Amino acid sequence: MLTYMILTVTVLKGADFMKTDLSWKVGGQQGEGIESTGEIFSKTLNRLGFYLYGYRHFSSRIKGGHTNNKIRVSTEKVQAVADNLDILLAFDQETIDLNYHELHEKGVIIADTKFKPVKPEDSKAEIYPVPFTDIASDLGTSLMKNMVAIGATCAVMNLEVEDFSVVIEEIFNRKGGDMVQKNMKAIQEGYMYMQKSLGEKASTLYLAKAENTHKRMFLIGNDAIALGALTAGVRFMPAYPITPASDIMEYLIKKLPRVGGTVIQTEDEIAAVTMAIGSNYAGARSFTASSGPGLSLMMEAIGLSGMTETPLVVVDTQRGGPSTGLPTKQEQSDLMAIIYGNHGEIPKVVIAPSTADEAFYDTIEAFNIADEYQCPVILLTDLQLSLAKQTVETFDFDKVHIRRGKLITSDIEQTDEKDYFKRYEVTGDGVSPRVIPGVKGGIHHVTGVEHDEAGRPNETASNRKQQMDKRMRKLSNLTERFPNPITVNVPTTKTDLLLIGFNATRGAIEEAVHRLREDGLNVNHLQIRLIHPFPAAAIKPYIDGADYVLVAESNATGQLANIIKMNVGHVNKIQSILKYDGDPFQPHHIYDAGKELLEHVYINN
Amino acid sequence: MSTSTIKDFRNGVKPNWCPGCGDFSVQAAIQRGAANLNLSPEDLAVISGIGCSGRISGYIRSYGLHGIHGRALPIAQGVKMGNRDLTVVAAGGDGDGFAIGIGHTIHAMRRNMDITYIVMDNQIYGLTKGQTSPRSEDGFITSSTPEGSIEKALSPMEMAITSGASFVAQCFSADIKELTATIEAGIQHKGFSIINVYSPCVTYNKVNTYDWFKENLSKLSDIDGYDASNREMAMNTLMKHNSLVTGIVYQEEKPSYQELVKGYAEQPLAHMNLDLQPELFRELVNEFI
Repeated sequence: MLTYMILTVTVLKGADFMKTDLSWKVGGQQGEGIESTGEIFSKTLNRLGFYLYGYRHFSSRIKGGHTNNKIRVSTEKVQAVADNLDILLAFDQETIDLNYHELHEKGVIIADTKFKPVKPEDSKAEIYPVPFTDIASDLGTSLMKNMVAIGATCAVMNLEVEDFSVVIEEIFNRKGGDMVQKNMKAIQEGYMYMQKSLGEKASTLYLAKAENTHKRMFLIGNDAIALGALTAGVRFMPAYPITPASDIMEYLIKKLPRVGGTVIQTEDEIAAVTMAIGSNYAGARSFTASSGPGLSLMMEAIGLSGMTETPLVVVDTQRGGPSTGLPTKQEQSDLMAIIYGNHGEIPKVVIAPSTADEAFYDTIEAFNIADEYQCPVILLTDLQLSLAKQTVETFDFDKVHIRRGKLITSDIEQTDEKDYFKRYEVTGDGVSPRVIPGVKGGIHHVTGVEHDEAGRPNETASNRKQQMDKRMRKLSNLTERFPNPITVNVPTTKTDLLLIGFNATRGAIEEAVHRLREDGLNVNHLQIRLIHPFPAAAIKPYIDGADYVLVAESNATGQLANIIKMNVGHVNKIQSILKYDGDPFQPHHIYDAGKELLEHVYINN
Repeated sequence: MSTSTIKDFRNGVKPNWCPGCGDFSVQAAIQRGAANLNLSPEDLAVISGIGCSGRISGYIRSYGLHGIHGRALPIAQGVKMGNRDLTVVAAGGDGDGFAIGIGHTIHAMRRNMDITYIVMDNQIYGLTKGQTSPRSEDGFITSSTPEGSIEKALSPMEMAITSGASFVAQCFSADIKELTATIEAGIQHKGFSIINVYSPCVTYNKVNTYDWFKENLSKLSDIDGYDASNREMAMNTLMKHNSLVTGIVYQEEKPSYQELVKGYAEQPLAHMNLDLQPELFRELVNEFI
């Protein structure tokens, strides 16, 4: 039973405009509680049935430096950072100075009076100073200034203070009921103060009610991957910390002991990947996760996995490169390195989910493919997908199936004791039976040196060709077997313009396509989910049928566009929109580029 | 259960080592030690590095993985984590363990997993035709140090003790009796055991020859009152003899990594049912709602 008192909140009716899509941003110094403010706000709204998309701007340092969390709230599914901003919650002047330009003319800045906020001269938005810190201090501790800020938000968006009580209870109950009451009171006070400031002015930022209020998950891509790995039967994860991949190991170190497994923080990425290979060779599903710098170090070992046909899953959460690059920023520039980075030639699969739910199911599929085809599988994400927090439909356990291919785990009848098991038997589909250590009758040798069917080193030309062909044959049917190698917005192939992307660009492209269609243009969108082997046959009809193709990707050289050109042709009609400034694509970037391309074409013809 | 014999661990493959190479004895000692411990060949996994010595996993009838240069230890640790019931032996040369892979060597010793690491130390790079190694002595002339090596030779035994290894031993390939007994003791030791074996390269190392070792090595078993559980005595003895000793230098009883991991299944991970319980799945999903 809650003891705090909820003041009656008058729900203002008759607002002239109800927003179905609204963007809210909270900003301040890193380490100041900006994260928890965003967390409480978004968790509550997710439970109210809204779709959310939260993207954090942060720096490569522990404390200090500007950080912000931009959260989009919508009554419909959203998967992109919005073009503009409705509400800016500022804990310092820097937040205003760095972000006010995003606000549209009806937007508002709600700022702590403590830092004497100044509205920039050219700001179109209204500013409302609210004494976040003072109100919180009067209630007991300035730490609750975040709650006051949330309360002020409630008044602007016409949210009910009471809606926050469940999340507040969950967070503060372990600190005692008193804390729950105090924090709720802080939200209430913030609400009242803001209500008073707004006065008679009817807000244009009231949020429409969510219609479909069934439960949905709200999580970052990395959590979806970690949960996917656990569900796929992973019991061991060796890993080395790196932004933006570390959440995966941090989730699993908490959860794996519940199923008898563990995480080891290794001395480096080479140890991480080779330990994973050792564990997979022993028969336990294992993987590692890193980002570009780590993947560079892992390349030789990924080749070992390919050559020895040992299943391996590696997650690459792309970030800004090259070298240390932009560790906390969005980029999609590992593509070529991931596909072609190894020396020599191996069968390899690269899967690139676009959303958190795809990341969950694709992670499970990655382990199944690794086992079935006995080769390395790279699950490719980008920082935006890995770290953006999004609302997705609850994962469906019935869709989870574990497939291990030609794996032998029980003893084999031996004809001749001294004979080695033909671990690399030349078969029609190229996949050989795989037996794990400990199995009687299965002894064989495994080596990264070219080898014969029993794994003994063999350098003869005929054996080399036979084994190389066998390995490369394995993936010949993958593009047909892989579920949904591409996602197409509408089935039509005949279009003025076809937009193509991979990983987290999906939401921004979808919105741009929607707007271009509203302009009367015949536009389609294709998102590539299976990157390698390239699903050329599935993609070709759409490119054949399009007058122009625009590939949107976060890198400077148009890597995906080049891969498409190489596999599908049509070099002259494929153009690129490239972004490598560290920030994600917003819908208007793609809309503008598409519009400009088509206008240019129409003017010239 | 039937008793294992050395024949069970022979696969009939003729090693491509030079005649007289010390590695032949290391191979024989692993085979004999495994038989003496009554291991079944399918329960032994030999994980090797790259170089002449790395070929050893292909010459022993057991499960074996010949990996990449310098990474035998992380692969071996992964195998052990995946199936804790296996006897895991990692093997490689001094280049593998003390040059390219030294980071893994030090961390494996700190980590103290229950595996055995055998280094075939010939103080030279043999397979690439005679370049210097971190174990080559001052002034050692090779194709990559024509004026003689000017870098200090590494001391694996002292490094092992300071890195926290719980079983530290050194052997000479020509003393196959002591070598076999030490490998057996290493395998039986609960935790990480490192055995550095002086395994002469008869082709490229004309300094540290069989005769040289016979003249310079001392057996710890000949030292009155030597106590391998005494860390200080171990370090002093190594320093006094310029590390040219054989036998178990240091051994400490402490829990292995496997024993310390909280929640780690008693049953090998490789034998576990991979399906998640539906209730657990629901609980995990609900954490994100």
